Amino acid sequence: MNLRDLLSPFFVWQRAFEKPYTSIRPTIDRPGAPAYRGFHINVSEECVGCGSCHSICQNHAIDMVPVAEFEGRTGDSGLRPRFDYGRCCWCGLCVDICTAASLRMSNEYAWISEDPDEFHFTAGIDDKPWQNNEHGYRRAEGYHLYPPKRIEMEMLSPDVSVQSFEEVARGYSEAQAKLEADRCVECGICVATCPAHMDVPDYIHSIRDGDYEKGLQLMYRTNPFPATCGRICTRRCESVCPVGILGEPVAIRWLKRFIVDQVDAQDYQRILNDQIIESGHRVAIIGAGPGGLSAAYYLRKKGHAVTVFEAGETAGGMLRYGVPSYRLPDADLDKDIAYIVSLGVDIRYNTRIGKDIEFEQLLQDYDAVFLSTGLSVPSNMRIQGEDHARVLSGLQVLADVASGRDPGIGRQVAVIGGGNVAMDAARVSRRLGADVTILYRRRIADMPADAEEIHESQEEGCNIVPQAIPVEITTADNPQQVSIKWGEAEMVQDPKGGRPRPVLQEDRMHTDTYDCIISAIGQGSDLDFLSKENQQQLAIEWGKFTPGEYQQSALQKVFVGGDVANRTADAISAIEDGHHAARGIERLLNPDEFTTTQTDNTGELT
Amino acid sequence: MTLSTGHSAALDFAQPEPPDLSSGKYVKLWQGPQHPGITGNMSLELVLDGDTIVSCKTHVGYLHRGFEKLMERRTFIQNFTVVCRIAVPEPTFNEYLYSHAVEEISGIEVPERAIWLRTMNLEMMRLASFLMWIGGQSGAFGQYTVPNWTLAYRDYVLDLFEEMTGARIYHMYIVPGGVRAGLPDGFEERARKIMKGAEKLLDQIERVMFNNVVFKARSKGLGIITPDMVDPYGIVGPNARACGLARDIRKDEPYLAYDRLDFETISGNEPDAYGRAYLRLQETRQSINLIRQCLDHAPTDGPFQADMPNVLHWKVPAGETYVKAECTRGEYGYYMVTDGSEFVRRVHVRGPSYTHAIAVMERLAVGTNIADIAGLMVSLHTYPPEIER
Repeated sequence: MNLRDLLSPFFVWQRAFEKPYTSIRPTIDRPGAPAYRGFHINVSEECVGCGSCHSICQNHAIDMVPVAEFEGRTGDSGLRPRFDYGRCCWCGLCVDICTAASLRMSNEYAWISEDPDEFHFTAGIDDKPWQNNEHGYRRAEGYHLYPPKRIEMEMLSPDVSVQSFEEVARGYSEAQAKLEADRCVECGICVATCPAHMDVPDYIHSIRDGDYEKGLQLMYRTNPFPATCGRICTRRCESVCPVGILGEPVAIRWLKRFIVDQVDAQDYQRILNDQIIESGHRVAIIGAGPGGLSAAYYLRKKGHAVTVFEAGETAGGMLRYGVPSYRLPDADLDKDIAYIVSLGVDIRYNTRIGKDIEFEQLLQDYDAVFLSTGLSVPSNMRIQGEDHARVLSGLQVLADVASGRDPGIGRQVAVIGGGNVAMDAARVSRRLGADVTILYRRRIADMPADAEEIHESQEEGCNIVPQAIPVEITTADNPQQVSIKWGEAEMVQDPKGGRPRPVLQEDRMHTDTYDCIISAIGQGSDLDFLSKENQQQLAIEWGKFTPGEYQQSALQKVFVGGDVANRTADAISAIEDGHHAARGIERLLNPDEFTTTQTDNTGELT
Repeated sequence: MTLSTGHSAALDFAQPEPPDLSSGKYVKLWQGPQHPGITGNMSLELVLDGDTIVSCKTHVGYLHRGFEKLMERRTFIQNFTVVCRIAVPEPTFNEYLYSHAVEEISGIEVPERAIWLRTMNLEMMRLASFLMWIGGQSGAFGQYTVPNWTLAYRDYVLDLFEEMTGARIYHMYIVPGGVRAGLPDGFEERARKIMKGAEKLLDQIERVMFNNVVFKARSKGLGIITPDMVDPYGIVGPNARACGLARDIRKDEPYLAYDRLDFETISGNEPDAYGRAYLRLQETRQSINLIRQCLDHAPTDGPFQADMPNVLHWKVPAGETYVKAECTRGEYGYYMVTDGSEFVRRVHVRGPSYTHAIAVMERLAVGTNIADIAGLMVSLHTYPPEIER
């Protein structure tokens, strides 16, 4: 024992004069660290109710519960997370996975309540003292629990794509599709948003499993045009995909295409295994577009004898004549149609109602009629001189090209309009070797065309002149040409809060000369085959039907659908109209067996 | 089997004759499972001859929570929030080893910044754990001043954890793929201040606890681990280093950023309770030094997480791995087997306390005084929760 060891411990007394670690009044609150994982905050306005928090919670501490004020919103499940603090372990994975970054935590340490039910609450809905707390755990910038960026689709480069009508989007490889399918959080908001309510999360799941046959079966339950929709769908699903709130939405359309591309057309019969038991009923369908053929498919599955009357030479309607083959190759459209026809659907080509057969005759001969004639008449620009021989309609140009005819557009082309038909006409013209100028009356951001189509047409060298209003079409010096007088427009705010209106500036007028002008400002219906009496009975307004329940018209036997009966006028809506009308016709023909939840021969809901 | 120490032949592993309890000469005494001198819930079945222990049997099983089984039913991302609970005073090692095992099987490369943040996090964990241990060792010999100092100061380190990770005890910071966040503003300055205070505290502790006639009298010569015991018993960490073996995974098989840190393996030559304690004091200082080096070198920008798949349906390819790290008590290991599904097939967690608290304790206890049994147990630095998982 040495003396130092005896004395040294007495050093403790020195500490008696130091500031103590503990506070004299322990009741003084010390705020939690700025990133402390305290109690949950949900900014309900930003939340879309995707339920990823619920999926990732290992304790099942989160339930998704309906909240009235958010129900029925587009792109919102109407559900909000409800927390059970008897289960929560404050790991914060729910905050990390939140697709909208609406879920956060406060930096509160303690919460005292005498009521145990208080600890079971809907964050952001039930009032809690920490709801507006500025600090607390947030997901850090650059930290992701799913890949925020989508797998790029390989595209033909613009200088190559304008050389031919070859498909621009090349399709995913299996590895790419699996990576893209991995990004889905399986919320199902897409299902609610899709007009046809396709079972998106499940068919994406089938890609992850590599079970493409199951994926095909799932798609045919709600859509007999998967090869088509996998290419040209307006994909409202992607616009609401919660993965797109902070990153890029899951490429649902390309994944759908991937599944179809994996399955050989010869195997459809075996995979889909549609067993048909003849019912003895006969149904007539007018128009072999997506709406008509969708109805034909689902009616045929119910065993009804289906006859489709088509005015043109081939089936497909606007998909055939309106969508150029660089977006939708004929072979893929034919893959969809061929399967529908293979179930025994009788298509009468070159048969125009009102000319070759009377509408009244159909009503007499068939148990039900589904009418989906589409919009085939180009709208007028309502300006002077538009009947000039060098003014062509966008639809006509597209139809000519689709049928292998030369539309005779020349080298210098102006396209009027900002919709998909205008973009298609412009891009087709580029492929025919023309220089293309697109005149649109509003801003590029206001164009109704798909953003992707606008982008691609610019890439391919189409010159878009926004805020340009056509005023007059005049004869040019060269009879093979035509001149257009157009004026620049200023956007003026609508005092009523509507979208801004373009106002012509009389002092800034231009006159340009082109080999032809392609007008693509919209299209209307041609319902002349209906008698005046029928037209009145069917309550047609502005050339469109207003269908009732199950697409039924005012005439009990007549069901309507497709572009001629809906406002969205896209393929997927037409497909759903056809499916829905098929349910309606089934209800009409077999009222006793009809239930709102029907199952097919595998026991699956249809 | 050849052992590096070469003395195993001299060790006697035969079970001694059990004392004849009916002779009236002995007293049987249970220490634990609820006893402040035990480092967690486990118990020692002691047979005493007067004050002297003639036989010791260790019993565990009071803390079995089935973590390894729980992990088989949780997805790979969910598990990282579970594993930290395996060893309460050192959750971070579990987070790191779990994440590292998953990363190794799935071939995920962790970015540079995350490597440094993980290293710092682990060293902070060592510091906090050593501070708690010093208090425990001092308290076990009846000196209650030092525990008050160190446990209070540990809270300052926990403050740093709270800032860095969002929680004080179960940090859940090291996640498969990297870490959950970078450092908050002003963290470096506050960390350096707390390191400075910790250094001062350790100097004071050295004067009060180590240069202390009572502590020396009670700890010197207690629980001697001879070098020939090390390999047969699987003794690791400070317990092995105190008998002169320079074995430290951080140095021998460097992981994370340890190969870029400037430090030496500390080994001692007094294999008793005092020597081990003094070695741990030095290692505590070493941790402070390493934290400072991490603060100097850790990148302040760049990614802190690798590109991850969607964790909601993350399938880790089939494989197996064993990963290890040097925690305060020695080698902490995770053995993981995956089968290509969304769930881990099997995880085995192996903490150093497994041998230290069961087999080594049974041997060292014999012949010691009943009053020293708590001090002996703490001097082995054992955590029953990691024995049973």
